[in-house]
Amino acid sequence: MIIARILGTVVSTQKDERLSGKKLLIVRPINVDGSDTTGYVVAVDTVGAGFHERVLVVAGSSARLAQGMKDVPVDAAIVGVIDTVDVN
Amino acid sequence: MQLARVIGTVVATVKNDSLEGRKLLVVQTLDRNLEATGKPMVAVDAVGAGIGELVFWCRGKEASFPFKREDTPTDCTIIGIVDSEQHVTR
Repeated sequence: MIIARILGTVVSTQKDERLSGKKLLIVRPINVDGSDTTGYVVAVDTVGAGFHERVLVVAGSSARLAQGMKDVPVDAAIVGVIDTVDVN
Repeated sequence: MQLARVIGTVVATVKNDSLEGRKLLVVQTLDRNLEATGKPMVAVDAVGAGIGELVFWCRGKEASFPFKREDTPTDCTIIGIVDSEQHVTR
């Protein structure tokens, strides 16, 4: 899993029906010290995360294993809102 | 599977229900000489690892196999603790 920061939202009306009702967010992977990296991922939100929050993103087929994501065509899902990251 | 060092912890109160009760650790992947390589990742702990320990982790869908299979959303799981660095033959 990677740590990411929420940058924005995606609105899509015409989409796979299994994605209806799912919130799509643009997230940018960040380092453990909180600094930004480059690039972005569109991820489905499963926890109700908000703008600028640090979140946990699971990628690949494991994203489908999150509760409520069964058989949904996704390869990135937000599965947690991070309170703290403690690195020694 | 790759070797890694546990370098930190992650706390997330709000999370997907299927991750409830799981311990989240920050792991730094190591190369064959046990030097850090690549960026740290967040891993789910399946074996009771602690900070500073040398572990190995598994990526992809198989990362969910130690838990309730097909029901735990993780793409990075610590699946073993290396007894000591002397046990890594290079």
